[in-house]
Amino acid sequence: MVDSVAGSSAELPHDVPESSRRDFIHIAAIAAAAGGLAAIAWPFIDQMNPASDTLASSSIEYDISKVPLGQQVAILFRKQPLFVRHRTAAEIAAAVADDHAALRDPATDASRVKPGKSEWLVLIGVCTHLGCTPTFGGGQYRGWLCPCHGSVYDTSGRIRAGPAPKNLAVPDYAFLTDTRIKVG
Amino acid sequence: MLRKFLAILGVAGLCVAAPALAATTQAPLRPVHWSFEGPFGQYDQAQLQRGFKIYREVCSQCHSMNLIAFHNLGDPGGPFWDPRYPNSNSNPVVKAIASAYKVSDIDADTGDQIKRTATTADYLPPPFPNDPAARASNGGALPPDMSLLAAARDGGPRYIYNLVTGFPAAPPAGLTVPPGKYYNPYFAGDLTSSWHGDPAKVPVGGILGMPPPLVAGKVTFDDGTPSTLDQEGRDVAAFLQWASDPKMDQRKQTGVAVLIYLVVFSGLLYASYRRIWRNIAH
Amino acid sequence: MTGLTTYEPKTRFERWLDTRLPILRFSAELTDYPTPKNLNYWWTFGGILSFCLITQIVTGVILAMHYVASGSGAFNSVQHIMRDVNYGWLIRYIHASGASMFFIAVYLHMFRGIYYGSFKPPREVLWLIGALIYLTMMATAFMGYVLPWGQMSFWGAKVITSLFGAIPVIGNAITMWLWGGFSVDSPTLNRFYSLHYLLPFVIAGLVGLHIWALHVPGNNNPTGVNVKSKSDTVPFHPYYTVKDGFALSLFVILFAVIVFFMPNQLMDVANNIQANFLVTPAHIVPEWYFLPYYAILRAIPNKLLGVIALGGAIACIFALPWLDTSKVRSMRYRPQAKLYFWIFVVACLVLGWCGHHEPSDQLIPGLGSFTLLDGDVNSFLWLSRIGAAYYFGYFLLITPILGLRETPLAVPESISTPVLSHPAAAPPGALAAPEMKG
Repeated sequence: MVDSVAGSSAELPHDVPESSRRDFIHIAAIAAAAGGLAAIAWPFIDQMNPASDTLASSSIEYDISKVPLGQQVAILFRKQPLFVRHRTAAEIAAAVADDHAALRDPATDASRVKPGKSEWLVLIGVCTHLGCTPTFGGGQYRGWLCPCHGSVYDTSGRIRAGPAPKNLAVPDYAFLTDTRIKVG
Repeated sequence: MLRKFLAILGVAGLCVAAPALAATTQAPLRPVHWSFEGPFGQYDQAQLQRGFKIYREVCSQCHSMNLIAFHNLGDPGGPFWDPRYPNSNSNPVVKAIASAYKVSDIDADTGDQIKRTATTADYLPPPFPNDPAARASNGGALPPDMSLLAAARDGGPRYIYNLVTGFPAAPPAGLTVPPGKYYNPYFAGDLTSSWHGDPAKVPVGGILGMPPPLVAGKVTFDDGTPSTLDQEGRDVAAFLQWASDPKMDQRKQTGVAVLIYLVVFSGLLYASYRRIWRNIAH
Repeated sequence: MTGLTTYEPKTRFERWLDTRLPILRFSAELTDYPTPKNLNYWWTFGGILSFCLITQIVTGVILAMHYVASGSGAFNSVQHIMRDVNYGWLIRYIHASGASMFFIAVYLHMFRGIYYGSFKPPREVLWLIGALIYLTMMATAFMGYVLPWGQMSFWGAKVITSLFGAIPVIGNAITMWLWGGFSVDSPTLNRFYSLHYLLPFVIAGLVGLHIWALHVPGNNNPTGVNVKSKSDTVPFHPYYTVKDGFALSLFVILFAVIVFFMPNQLMDVANNIQANFLVTPAHIVPEWYFLPYYAILRAIPNKLLGVIALGGAIACIFALPWLDTSKVRSMRYRPQAKLYFWIFVVACLVLGWCGHHEPSDQLIPGLGSFTLLDGDVNSFLWLSRIGAAYYFGYFLLITPILGLRETPLAVPESISTPVLSHPAAAPPGALAAPEMKG
């Protein structure tokens, strides 16, 4: 039985002297422990980042010669729709004409395509409002119309009307050849 | 107290002895030395490249390796790792290897089964579409997938080396080997029922469905290493070991750093402990 | 447990909290807890075990983010963790090796309890809760080993769950109920996953009760003599927090050597092959920490009696406080008990070694055989029987009888009564010895 231990506010007979609390060795040990904990914490955090098989499918190559003029193809890129649109001259002209119109998210058409390849528009097909997939050719600008809440995009994918705050996003992509693009 | 403790440890040491096999026998494995053995051993990239070539030209005719994707070949520690391409998907050698393969897929427009060029995200394609097809082409025996083969066999790469280089020119006289099957002393088995010689001298080993897969000169190595049977056996075993444990290099390197830290940290804690207890009679 | 500290809330916030949820007061009670000052390193395993539990829970929850619990997906999801998930290989190896480290620590902790009489009155409930923790750990580990769905996972599960079929009348119904089908399959895997996730939190709750049950009578100590005064004790923090920390760092060194340099030694080779219902591995063995029980099970030729023996072996642990008749707690002062204890330790190790082998395997190959009853004397079967006989004899015969018949050495009056650091060197009856330190 632990008899005479309970109760009183008697001083512990082996009080650690104040000075040893600030002993260098204790500070060093605590610092080493903190460093070790930080080092071990990183793997536990990093494991939630995309795994290497996810990252391997994070870029795709696509043969654009399959897209007829005036049409678009929607393919899966990073589990989301990717629009590859083969624009007609009229569509390009309409987009360029509106370059300095009152745009919610101002951008020139040239900044959204690759130099010399303005007939190809590559966009992430996710409405910047709440994430639905806009339908091809809808709305008064004949760009895209989002069926969920009525956002209207022009033939450059810029937001013109409706609740979406930003233009349809242009992903990182490059032309490997005239008929092949690599996205991501 | 210490003597008792050592006695306990001695008995405990016996607990890791390998189990004795009752009727199955296996020839004792010849020793092999690997670049990756020991706590500081690492894979030899040139050896892994040669081993991959052997897998690609010989083994993959029958054996799948479903867990290895093309991009894994360019990962750190792997056969085609290049520090200039930390993302192995951009590694040109890896991309070239992938694009030399065709993998099954569904045509997005028609829904038909097609074969398309592989990308780095794809896995090494299996030689047969499914297990029954694999058995049908191999006399009823299923060639095991090789992704974890080195981990799934006692002896690992040493066993694989012994097996693929250990086929005798002819089975011992008196041993009945069915057609399409092969005798190998390193394949664990019980040959008493196939043996018609002196009952006291049953050969060790077993009968398996794989013919001798390698001979000298079967594969020509790109780095000019002479392709003796011994060399081919080592290289393919090392490659299979990598396939079953691609993170080994990273694991050992991290281990060395962690242990150095822990020894230093233990020292600090011990000093801290002694300081705190210095005035206590205990 | 209350009133053991001199805690006084210092700030306004502390006073506010103290009257609503006195958690700071509670933690002060833990850190100031008067702990015997003579505890040796065998007492550090409690802290080490807490570390093991936390490690297993943290790594387990992370693995659960990536693991797929279905017959078709489990094996490949584990490979996905090993190959694709960032540091997945590290987290998986820590979790798998951590289970073994957990059992190494728990066995040392339990053997300490037996040797120093920590289970004796008034600590019987503490011992029972500990035995319950051990039982829950075994269930958790068993189910955890099934999850990778390798050959040994599947066949080990099949063998052990089939044991329930030995129960007369209702055995088969119970087995099918456990399986959720006609054999171990996906439904079994799923429910094992769910329970494997749950039980560690049950263990955590039991650990809370275990520490509570410890703090009521206070810690035992190597002399087995009760604490008589404050001068026999030191506050838990910093004396034992730092000592436990040091012991833990040594333990983690061993843990790190296993994780980084020999992670596959403790895993059966056959578990790298996906579960195949049609192919039975040559040797079905459980993980090393179950091997002694496996040996006891297979030592008895009758299935039902073997299961009863297995259960009995675990039941002996629960019954220990009532089997021991000794008036002296610590085997430090019980030389005969000490001898039988060490033989018991060897018997457990021998049983473990037997569990690793087939019962019919020859003990000393080539020495010839002599059949006794149903088996060769020169076999692991008979060695297991000898080991099992000593195991049960130790609990059921030696422990009760020895306590009544032995003559223990003189026990010191108190902890602080000067004792040399190696009491075996003190002549029996010595109560006073020169002070070691001023």
